[in-house]
Amino acid sequence: MKKLSARRRHPLAAVVVLLLALAATGGLYAAFAPAGKAQADETAQSLAIEEGKKLYTVGCASCHGTGGQGTTDGPSLVGVGSAAVDFQVGTGRMPAQQPGAQVPEKKVIYSQAEIDQLAAYIASLGAGPITPTEKQYSPDGADIARGGDLFRTNCAQCHNFTGAGGALTHGKYAPPLNDVSPKHIYEAMQTGPQNMPSFPDTTMPEQEKKDIIAYIRTVNDDRTATPGGFALGGVGPVSEGLFGWIFGLGSLIAVAVWVAAHTAKAKKS
Amino acid sequence: MSSQEISKESLPSEQDTAHGTAVAENPFADPGLPPHRPRIQDIDERAAKRSERTVALLFTLSMLATIGFIASFVIFPVDKIVYVWPLGHVSATNLSLGLTLGLALFCIGAGAVHWARTLMSDEEVADDRHAIEATPDVKAKVMADFADGARESAIGRRPLIRNTMFGALAMVPLSGVVLLRELGPLPEKKLFHTGWAKGKQLINMNTNEPLRPEDVAVGSLTFAKPQGLEEDDHDFSNKIAKDALMIVRIQPEDIKDKRELEWSHEGIVAFSKICTHVGCPISLYEQQTHHVLCPCHQSTFDLSDGARVIFGPAGHPLPQLRIGVNDKGFLEALGDFDEPVGPAFWERG
Amino acid sequence: MSTTTASDANRKAPAGERVADWADGRLGIYSLAKANMRKIFPDHWSFMLGEICLYSFLIIILTGVYLTLFFHPSMNEIEYHGSYVPMHGIRMTEAYASTLDISFDVRGGLLIRQIHHWAAVVFLAGMFVHMMRVFFTGAFRKPREINWLFGFLLFVLGMFTGFTGYSLPDDLLSGTGVRFTQGAILSMPIVGTYISMFLFGGEFPGHDIIARFYSIHILLLPGIMLGLVVAHLILVFYHKHTQFPGPGRTNKNVVGMPLLPVYMAKAGGFFFLVFGVIAVISALFTINPIWTMGPYRPDQVSTGAQPDWYMGFAEGLVRVMPGWEINLWGHTLVLGVLIPLVVFGVMLAAIALYPFIESWITGDKREHHLLDRPRNAPTRTALGVAWVTAYMIMLVGGGNDIFATHFHLSINSITWFVRIFFFLGPVIAFIVTKRICLGLQRRDKDKVLHGRESGIIKRLPHGEFVEIHEPLSQAQLHALTAHEQYTPAEIGPSVDENGVERKPSRTEKLRAKLSKGYYGEGNQIPKASVEEYKEITSGHGHH
Repeated sequence: MKKLSARRRHPLAAVVVLLLALAATGGLYAAFAPAGKAQADETAQSLAIEEGKKLYTVGCASCHGTGGQGTTDGPSLVGVGSAAVDFQVGTGRMPAQQPGAQVPEKKVIYSQAEIDQLAAYIASLGAGPITPTEKQYSPDGADIARGGDLFRTNCAQCHNFTGAGGALTHGKYAPPLNDVSPKHIYEAMQTGPQNMPSFPDTTMPEQEKKDIIAYIRTVNDDRTATPGGFALGGVGPVSEGLFGWIFGLGSLIAVAVWVAAHTAKAKKS
Repeated sequence: MSSQEISKESLPSEQDTAHGTAVAENPFADPGLPPHRPRIQDIDERAAKRSERTVALLFTLSMLATIGFIASFVIFPVDKIVYVWPLGHVSATNLSLGLTLGLALFCIGAGAVHWARTLMSDEEVADDRHAIEATPDVKAKVMADFADGARESAIGRRPLIRNTMFGALAMVPLSGVVLLRELGPLPEKKLFHTGWAKGKQLINMNTNEPLRPEDVAVGSLTFAKPQGLEEDDHDFSNKIAKDALMIVRIQPEDIKDKRELEWSHEGIVAFSKICTHVGCPISLYEQQTHHVLCPCHQSTFDLSDGARVIFGPAGHPLPQLRIGVNDKGFLEALGDFDEPVGPAFWERG
Repeated sequence: MSTTTASDANRKAPAGERVADWADGRLGIYSLAKANMRKIFPDHWSFMLGEICLYSFLIIILTGVYLTLFFHPSMNEIEYHGSYVPMHGIRMTEAYASTLDISFDVRGGLLIRQIHHWAAVVFLAGMFVHMMRVFFTGAFRKPREINWLFGFLLFVLGMFTGFTGYSLPDDLLSGTGVRFTQGAILSMPIVGTYISMFLFGGEFPGHDIIARFYSIHILLLPGIMLGLVVAHLILVFYHKHTQFPGPGRTNKNVVGMPLLPVYMAKAGGFFFLVFGVIAVISALFTINPIWTMGPYRPDQVSTGAQPDWYMGFAEGLVRVMPGWEINLWGHTLVLGVLIPLVVFGVMLAAIALYPFIESWITGDKREHHLLDRPRNAPTRTALGVAWVTAYMIMLVGGGNDIFATHFHLSINSITWFVRIFFFLGPVIAFIVTKRICLGLQRRDKDKVLHGRESGIIKRLPHGEFVEIHEPLSQAQLHALTAHEQYTPAEIGPSVDENGVERKPSRTEKLRAKLSKGYYGEGNQIPKASVEEYKEITSGHGHH
């Protein structure tokens, strides 16, 4: 201990302390971060097989079983319908890197043609929601305000006021909706991917889904106006408070330092 | 606690360094204010002139900014949106008015401060402080005056006057408190009942149509209100604050709570949407785990187990509404909730 | 007034002087000015934190008055047909609709709204930092305890004024906050339901709460605050400002620049600087975009429902509290909500009462106008840091959902972290801060006795390397040794003057114990004495 304390004035001491602190922070983070987070996907499979079933056997069967009946690693796909496949594979969520409650969105590795083949195969296993046509999900002519009201009743509780996303239990989350295509939003509502509940046509008709899509496109898009200026992430008072402290009060204190500082004195000659 | 017992030594001795008598004996003695050193502006008139010009420039800039403010106010329509990197698509009015106003104000401040810092005297001067406490003479005089006043009023000699006066003063604010009674009704049993009753159909919030059991798929999430409640009703807000219902369907074999299964219809369960913690509408439903999370304070309830609290600050499960199907094939309530919905309160029991 | 005597008529006073004469005849302004015009204010940036608060408060009042010209504090429901398209045809209260109008139809309305809100965020943050400055430098000591309480009250009232203002637009976010308030009120034993019914004029949300919050927000609370601000400032003038120790600065004087002209220009200019900075922030950064949130409806909600930052600490307490509820004899005690409310009050009371606790422990009845450097009061500093730590940890708890999504953590883990570290964090912070303070005290002592490490290495004739230490100037020596050091209070003699045995009371014992914790061995480093200094300097052969 004595030796250690003798070196406390070493110029590198501060660096060592900083490194230790960083390591401790990292360790704490690792301890608290929910398990099952993505590791870089290095196993992008070569996709030469053309037909859905063959694609399925290679890409999906290890978790969902050879006939789509499901295993302990993945749910049964009988009756999920082509819309579910189009969503899960079309947003890159499937094939998953590892099974878990939340499979994150990532790079899409199948072409749309391959996705359609896969979807056709799954649809043949049992009836389910069908991949929507553009006429169904296109937000043209929809009622934006009605969509907003529906969004606040059905969606905002997880996805935030305008679709900035939000936290669920144990590290799960509702993803942000700003770069999700209308088709995928429609499919998500129809099929309820992962922990999201479904909003089938029986309780939320097609027109209402269009309204919701139109609302999201209006308020959460690259071209959405933020009249008041930079939106600070659009997640509300937490980011506003942080900003107010760091930049608001911070810049005022910087000004105060200037106001109170002594003016430079003339050099003694 | 008596202050006399504090040993005087525990206090640091009053350091009277102002005398500065024996600096030689005490190297820590106060050397007094350092001599004033002039700034460049104090000895170089050209530098002073530069400062003067800077201050004037700042004030002029402020004037220009105010003109800019007025110009922006006139030029930009209120709904004009412009793209400004990196802010995004922002209101032209807000941006231009804010920047010009900010500049106009900031320049006045900067000019004044620069003026003070460079051209006004910067010689530090010492001002003596004076004791706040009164001298013993003053205190004695005040006490004597007070005693005279008190004696002349005879308040001590005539306790009847004193006591009735205190009584009157203490009572008169009661009138104000009594008036506050008109702020609202008494609670009575209002918090114990909702708009649900036997036979009321479950109306889908989205479509405003009654729900059929076959509409509600496993894994889906639906919200409902009681039949007869319309959005443009005068008391819609008060009613929906208690009546809002969250409907999910769980495979009957996955329902762990016996009563929940009994009160469901083929796995369709209806729970109050109002959190039992402080009343947020709770509906972050995870369809695989059947957990529902409150977005306000993260109370988590297990909808497959009688809406038991499994995490967070809520103190009791979400109330369940007993439902069935009427002869027209629509879902209906089989009565009101059997306990108050929403946050707990003293009389809840 | 110029028609007085002949001798006066010889010289006609300038207009300004004549006006001043007139005013003096009625108000006695010359006597006032004599005492105050050249009042001295010390220069230090941290002494301007209070000014930030004062000015942002003025900005809030100015912009707030403007907003009242357009805002309708009414809960009448209307169908919106204004210029914000995504709300067309939506049912909302007039309060929300008029806030949309202020944001979209009044030229500059959005700017004023954003200045008002940003200034409120800065006001509260400024008060917090100002309060910490006063705490850590010991500026709350006699004679300023009452002014500390005034400041504290301003902070608490500011919190509630901010909260009521945040609630006025009746949007989905603020309505959720009001719902929380109602739930919290309901949790109060016995009176909860009554207060809730009276406050809301019936069941939640009713038709009255916005109008009631409005009069509280624009009249009641700001009125009290204005009075307190004036009292606070009068006391600052009356006590004269504190100052840091240094050459020429004693407990009996105040060193700085006169109010006229320097502080008039600096403080007056600073108002414009603060206003300017907040205006620019409001031009560039959105705050509380209520149009994205929609009108409040008790059956709708959004995730990420947060209060403004100053209520985040209370929000955190409520979020991390386990859901305890006791049902006895037909009554419910909602501990899950009640305990956080009590802890909230206790934590605020603890910081408010601290000056009185410390003065009881020290038994010091003298006036203090020289500030402590935080290191020279290690126990106080450590207690303050512990308090701030608990506060900040609860802020994290209040934002746990946002922290979870942005740092990819589990909300449950964050909650557990906060639950544990609300207790553990302050203890760690206390120990660490105290060690740091004592270390800095040792360094000061070392500097006084051995001089400043110059970084220049000298090789002595016999080969030894030494670092040259520059002796400090007398001004530096004075500044580093000017602070006072207490000796721990004793329990007094066990035998009184008459030789009768006396039992020390329990409070006495407690006081002695606490005093030891503050000033006992190991809790402060004895500062360098003149003897030590002389011995070392003469021993080394310097001078």
